[in-house]
Amino acid sequence: MDDPFENLGAQLVKEAASKTNEVAGDGTYATRLPPGRVVYGTMCNADGHALDDGTVANLGDGRYRVTSSEPWLGWYSKHARGFDVSIEDETDRVAALSLQGPLARTILQPMVEEDLDSVRFFGVRTCTLAGKPGWISRTGYTGDLGYELWMDPDDACHVWDAVLAAGEDYGMQPAGLDAMDVTRIEAGFVLQGVDYVSAKSCITESLKSTPEDAGLGWTVKLDRPGWIGRDALLRERDRGGSTWQLVGLELDWAELEQLYDRYKLPPHLAPAACRIAVPVYDSSGSKQVGQATSSTWSPILKRYLAVAQVHRPYGDLGNTLKIEHTPEFERCQITATVVDKPFYNPPQKTFTPKKAQKKGAAA
Amino acid sequence: MSTLGTNSQPYDAVIIGAGHNGLTCAAYLARAGRKVLVLERRPRVGGAAVSESHYPGFTYSVCSYVVSLLRPWIIRDLDLVKHGLQIVPLECSYTPQPDGPGLCRWPDPDKTRQEIARLSPRDADTYPEFGRTLGRLSRFVKPFIDSPAPDPLSLNPKELWGLLGMGRQFRELGDDLAALQFKLTTMSGVDFLREWFESDQLIAPMSCSGIIGTFLGVKSPGTAYVLLHHYMGEIDGSSRAWGFAVGGTGAISEAIASSARSFGAEVRCEAGVAKVRVAGGKATGVVLENGDEIAAKTVISGCEPRLTFDKFVGAEHLPDEFVTQVGRYKCRGSSGKVNIALDRWVDFEHRPGDGMHVRGDVAIAPSTDYLERAYDEAKYGDFSKRPYINLVFPSLLDRGMAPPGKHVMSCFVQYAPYDIAEGPENWPSKREAFGDAVVDTLAEYMPGLKDAILHRQVLTPWDMEQEFGLTEGNIFHGELGLEQLLFQRPVSGWARYKTPLRNLWLCGSGAHPGGGIMGAPGGIAAQQMLKQGAV
Repeated sequence: MDDPFENLGAQLVKEAASKTNEVAGDGTYATRLPPGRVVYGTMCNADGHALDDGTVANLGDGRYRVTSSEPWLGWYSKHARGFDVSIEDETDRVAALSLQGPLARTILQPMVEEDLDSVRFFGVRTCTLAGKPGWISRTGYTGDLGYELWMDPDDACHVWDAVLAAGEDYGMQPAGLDAMDVTRIEAGFVLQGVDYVSAKSCITESLKSTPEDAGLGWTVKLDRPGWIGRDALLRERDRGGSTWQLVGLELDWAELEQLYDRYKLPPHLAPAACRIAVPVYDSSGSKQVGQATSSTWSPILKRYLAVAQVHRPYGDLGNTLKIEHTPEFERCQITATVVDKPFYNPPQKTFTPKKAQKKGAAA
Repeated sequence: MSTLGTNSQPYDAVIIGAGHNGLTCAAYLARAGRKVLVLERRPRVGGAAVSESHYPGFTYSVCSYVVSLLRPWIIRDLDLVKHGLQIVPLECSYTPQPDGPGLCRWPDPDKTRQEIARLSPRDADTYPEFGRTLGRLSRFVKPFIDSPAPDPLSLNPKELWGLLGMGRQFRELGDDLAALQFKLTTMSGVDFLREWFESDQLIAPMSCSGIIGTFLGVKSPGTAYVLLHHYMGEIDGSSRAWGFAVGGTGAISEAIASSARSFGAEVRCEAGVAKVRVAGGKATGVVLENGDEIAAKTVISGCEPRLTFDKFVGAEHLPDEFVTQVGRYKCRGSSGKVNIALDRWVDFEHRPGDGMHVRGDVAIAPSTDYLERAYDEAKYGDFSKRPYINLVFPSLLDRGMAPPGKHVMSCFVQYAPYDIAEGPENWPSKREAFGDAVVDTLAEYMPGLKDAILHRQVLTPWDMEQEFGLTEGNIFHGELGLEQLLFQRPVSGWARYKTPLRNLWLCGSGAHPGGGIMGAPGGIAAQQMLKQGAV
């Protein structure tokens, strides 16, 4: 639960006087972000290839906190030249804890002084966590209601103990990346390094992805000027756009059962998500049209899900494709249907009680 | 008096009973574009899968309390998660002993191994092997619960082909497994388990799943087969099919009802059916208890077969032989249900705390003799003074079931025979004595129990019959004995949801593949009706 992202890099961007300049290179336009709000975005290189994705939170006191999968201090510093901004790496100075699930609010509320209903979906605020100063953001790497708690590392053990005690009556359990890998696929989130590779780490051009290729097209606003990679992405759009798309797939469970039955086996999947990419074919099964980069059995949906990058137009909603499956080490194919993401999207994820919202605003 | 549905269009199907199977059937038919009406006598949907509050702040899963084998294809087809279904797996099985730590079987196989090794190192080795073997066997049985019952007398080539396929599959099991399958169908749960294990403390709780809902003891022949059903849940993908529904079992019914409504089905509560309307040898609709008549092309009963044929249809509309067979259908109720509201957590004496060990099910089954003695009393028309009890604490898994710090305790109790010596109608005068026997039994394991009880709801088989229409209080709409399964359920020759009365169909637990919150009878019945153009 500690450090919800692998190699979580949290950087505090201290904005000094000028608010006219936008944080360079970040398609998310941090300075247009109102205080107390968080935005999810993608950073690109000049070629329009995705480097990483993460969040930017406007902490309200002139400071912004940036999170990403990898540390990018050098990159930010390089592109900050000429801007009135100071950037610090606070990865080792901020501890993060993610509390996720339908009861997250119920468990957390008694241990914070502030009204949690004042933190709407993708909101952030300063907070007293079990008596210690910190921040709460209503963000996370699951598709359910959830909060991320940010605090001084010296207070982390105290807060951890308090959260664990608060959740005891609710059957709350600590969970790590294995569990999170299932929930993030259910939520339809991509993972840098798995579903796409940062352009920084790609040895060959063909491995690189634009935000669109990685299913992150919605996080970059081509109509807003002044960010790194925009010109390249505009050129690509004029050429007809990306030939790739990232889609959600549902694998045909009945077919999978039949397949295993041929080997006289009960259907068997690892109880964890799979990060090994497997080929995806067209409906005839003869032509490879892409690859599924993450897959998991969803215990809550009773569905076998995958995230895949496929060539257009094979990723059109409702399209039938074939995906490789290897029972007993033999290559077979089963049917997969392109379905809408997020796979799991319960109302409590974004819902905030109306009355409480007003109360929060007044307080 | 209205004889037509809304918009003056008669209903394609009217379904008697908004239990989880009736609702599932309705959802599938409505999804296929049929105009469907579900009629429920009680004020809310769910039938025996219902959540109700009988004490302020506490919610009971009144009758049915765990999700056994709810079919994943139904969850997917009906989008039940979107309609609010959430199932928490029940991962632990704890069997306390009055004078020792008892046995806990954990989700972690290594931990289970250590527990069993305390009782018998040999059994600890055998336990996973037993699981694997039954897993292999249940692969053979599982297709049965996801498709209509095979018809051994049919000359239809497709049917024969299917049977042949199953025969082939059976041969493929290999000699060892085929022999085992034969043993499973003939032996008692205890005898079968004794071939594998030596520790009675392990055998006792394992044998219990063979008796639930039947009027048999753990040492009665034929009970071994039902054990297999328990293992089917564990091979369903990586999902554990044994679970607890957030909001209680009523939440499952609500989710299915919501899905059915989203497809256009109409669900009407407080609309009890009195009779199936018959004209010209065909079912043409239903007559409600208030006298209203509702016309429908097809009438589908989610109710128990004897209730359906004896009460709703009447012997005069049915072939004599069929009526005789229905009369032989065994519905002997053998269990009761006690729901308790607790003021605070009550420790088990030898394993205190509300940790993982009590977050699954807890079985009061200290020995096979204990279980058999419980059956002895029932054989002669009395409830067990020291019964088998299957306990679940829903409030540990779902905080919404009780106020903070307080708990709900759900007790499935066997044996409570419907036919007590005094006659079933005298159950109400024995109800509290039965409740006391349950509490006294539990207090031997949980010494602080009696002082912590805020409220107690006791359901006897008589109550289940009167309130939920379960004939003789049988929780599965007829016992899950081998002679009443597959092509024999409910009546030989009529195991395909069709009945001798034209346009009357069955879709409840009294039809194949049987009881428990599976949804399979409702789902498969609807698929069959659609396939045959019956609706």
